[in-house]
Amino acid sequence: MNFLRKRLDILKKPFEKGQKLEKFAPAINAFDTFLFVPNHTTKKGAHIRDAVDLKRTMVTVIIALMPALIYGIYNTGYQYYAQTGEAFTFIDAFIHGSWKIVPMIIVSYVVGLAIEFGFAVYRGHEVNEGYLVTGLLIPMIMPVDIPLWMVAVSTAFAVLIAKEAFGGTGMNILNPALTARAFAFFAYPTYMSGNKVWVSEASNVDAISGETILGTLAAGGEVSYSMFEMFQGAIPGSIAETSTLWVAVGALILILTGVGSWRIIVGGVLGAAVMGLLFNLWGANALMSFSWMNHLVVGGFAFGIVFMATDPVSGAQTNKGKWIYGILVGIFCIMIRVFNPAYPEGVMLAILLMNVFAPTIDHYVVNVNIKKRKKRWAIAQELKTA
Amino acid sequence: MDIIKGIRTRRGAKLNIKGAAEKILSGKISTATYALNPDDFFGTTPKLLVKEGAVVQAGEPIFFSKQDPRIKIVSPVSGIVKTIERGPKRKIERIIIEANEGGEARTHAVDNWEDLGRDALVNLLLESGNWPFLTQRPYGTLADPDEIPKAIFVSTMDTAPLAVDHEFILTKKYDSFQRGIDVLNKLVDQNVFLGLDATHTAPFKNIENVQFYTISGPHPAGNISLHIQELCPINMEDRIWTINPEDVANLGKFITNGEFSPERTVALAGNAIKKAIYFYSKIGAELAPMVKEVQATSNNIRVVNGDLLSGNAMNLEGHLGYYNNLVSVIPEGNTYRIFGWLPFKDNSILSLSNTSFSRLFNKSGFNIDTNLNGEERALVVTGEMEKVFPLDLYPMQLLKACMIEDIEKMEALGIYEVVPEDFGLIDYANTSKIEAQEIIRKGIELMINEVG
Repeated sequence: MNFLRKRLDILKKPFEKGQKLEKFAPAINAFDTFLFVPNHTTKKGAHIRDAVDLKRTMVTVIIALMPALIYGIYNTGYQYYAQTGEAFTFIDAFIHGSWKIVPMIIVSYVVGLAIEFGFAVYRGHEVNEGYLVTGLLIPMIMPVDIPLWMVAVSTAFAVLIAKEAFGGTGMNILNPALTARAFAFFAYPTYMSGNKVWVSEASNVDAISGETILGTLAAGGEVSYSMFEMFQGAIPGSIAETSTLWVAVGALILILTGVGSWRIIVGGVLGAAVMGLLFNLWGANALMSFSWMNHLVVGGFAFGIVFMATDPVSGAQTNKGKWIYGILVGIFCIMIRVFNPAYPEGVMLAILLMNVFAPTIDHYVVNVNIKKRKKRWAIAQELKTA
Repeated sequence: MDIIKGIRTRRGAKLNIKGAAEKILSGKISTATYALNPDDFFGTTPKLLVKEGAVVQAGEPIFFSKQDPRIKIVSPVSGIVKTIERGPKRKIERIIIEANEGGEARTHAVDNWEDLGRDALVNLLLESGNWPFLTQRPYGTLADPDEIPKAIFVSTMDTAPLAVDHEFILTKKYDSFQRGIDVLNKLVDQNVFLGLDATHTAPFKNIENVQFYTISGPHPAGNISLHIQELCPINMEDRIWTINPEDVANLGKFITNGEFSPERTVALAGNAIKKAIYFYSKIGAELAPMVKEVQATSNNIRVVNGDLLSGNAMNLEGHLGYYNNLVSVIPEGNTYRIFGWLPFKDNSILSLSNTSFSRLFNKSGFNIDTNLNGEERALVVTGEMEKVFPLDLYPMQLLKACMIEDIEKMEALGIYEVVPEDFGLIDYANTSKIEAQEIIRKGIELMINEVG
């Protein structure tokens, strides 16, 4: 360890203050601090600090994403082999999935981190760790057959327009990963929707039907999957969102570590459940009469509410606001599904919509506190003049 | 005794750090020099009354406040003004006085103090140098002699890490304490409030002329901002004064014999010393002899005037601050740590976050150091500040209002109700390593300059 430390210190020499490569210090620091927590001590304020930092928080989210990602990789292969009718093993399915998905992850990280490093050097601040999560989320919510260059363009759009244009990490209004998906969705609709994109190679091999459950329902078709299959996730869909089971494991990790807001997750599930139940009672079309429990386990709802709605930067920030925000995401998600056949899945738009309204929700929550204070002042003033 | 209110809070955290001081008073420490640091008096610009080489009596004014020339800070000892240390822009950083044991002390006529009117009493306290013991809310500056405070708060429960035991400090001083309370009662409009540890109220049962309240809960339950909010919420034009328990006794002692009393019972605590105990000393004493007495475990240590969350860092050549009863000594943390981003690694570092198992282990207390445990980042995580902040306001929103210097918003969000130390735990706990106390201090300075 000491040897490594010494090598690093030698390597960092040209990047120090007043040296030739000073401008690029944030880039080398990002690698250095990945290996070692720096020897910085407190200079002002409290003299002692918690062991937690943004790196640790972000890595915890990545760990929570792993079960869904690994299952997503397997399911990609499983859907392909199951529908072509070829004999296959678990390993075959996993290899097929990896062959499709690993390049997408690499593209997303390379493009996104290149932009992040560029901005860090340009603005002279350290590289923030937020992109470690965003960069993994982007491929996880894409259809498996999307061309890599589209992943690259969507990623670049999301990082530049949704994040850096607003001032970088902590300042963005919309969730960057969802913005990437929304960009692809509207820019390349043929690759992002329909019944030919949700299973690997569906557009090339005729035997494969690449339709999602919600897509089938919106088209007025019959659903052949059992609720257990939907819950466990062996269904077509975006790469890592199909398995509610493994998303729930991720949710548990987020809630137990306190990294994800349980208020948003519980609120979202409540909102969606109640909305689904109300539509069940109405029952005017196939999607309305689709059981509220099934609504919770199909599509990207579970993934969205656990990993995208809980983004602390774009979500509501006050505790009460988190409840309201979560419940509304759930309500709008089901509402968009049911009322708009052009968008069989509503969770992306529901979260983006609520991202926009999150500051408004917080504004009203905080205002209650402000009004209480003003009222107290007014009473005190009256007493004084009386 | 009547307890008017029991304040209980759950929001906060008890930081269980090794090395709290044992209740042993190790005798008197007299040092060669004593020093006054104008930075101890927030919002006060010093104007010197003495030059280097001047001979001063104990209780003789050394400097006064530019903001209010009637407020004088006096020498804790008799002796010679040795050096006046200046920093950038000739800012006065320290006035060091070489002590002359057995030198004369300045005395004031106090026999008839009970017959004095409020104005005359205020003048007596101003002239004798007792005034700086009183600080004022909002802002935590020195009390304004022209104002009549709605209430005066004295809290005998300290919940900060390694906190001192005020009952132990006051053991032999209850008579002076009572007289100090009597003086305060002549200054206040309504009540003098005395806060007690809810589990241990007996030692104060004979104190009179105060309203008792009790406190229970984790830090910052002992911070006066919370007590004010619960008992006497502060409005825009209200003034509330606060004073430390030992200074109440100092005030009481002065009113008995007419001599300014700079007594300071100080605890040395922390995990960088071998025996953590109390000393009996004076305001401004040298820290080095005390640290020598308690045997520091290495040279790579930080000596802090006050508690670890909101105290001021000193080096070994430093002097005891004006207000603090606690000197915390902990190791510096200027070392590297590999792969710190791995959750559930390094569980020996105290953490409030659930990304570490630390709270499950180490029930006996943590060894702690000054490492930042990361680097400053943009504000990302939400909800963590509220967990350690019991006041009825939104801490993150207030911090953001201070950052953008939006005075109206700061006012609406409650800047009048806080002092920087209320944000000590937020400094400690926040993931992004934001310097919350610094931001609030700058915000308050802005308020003083713009609103007054």
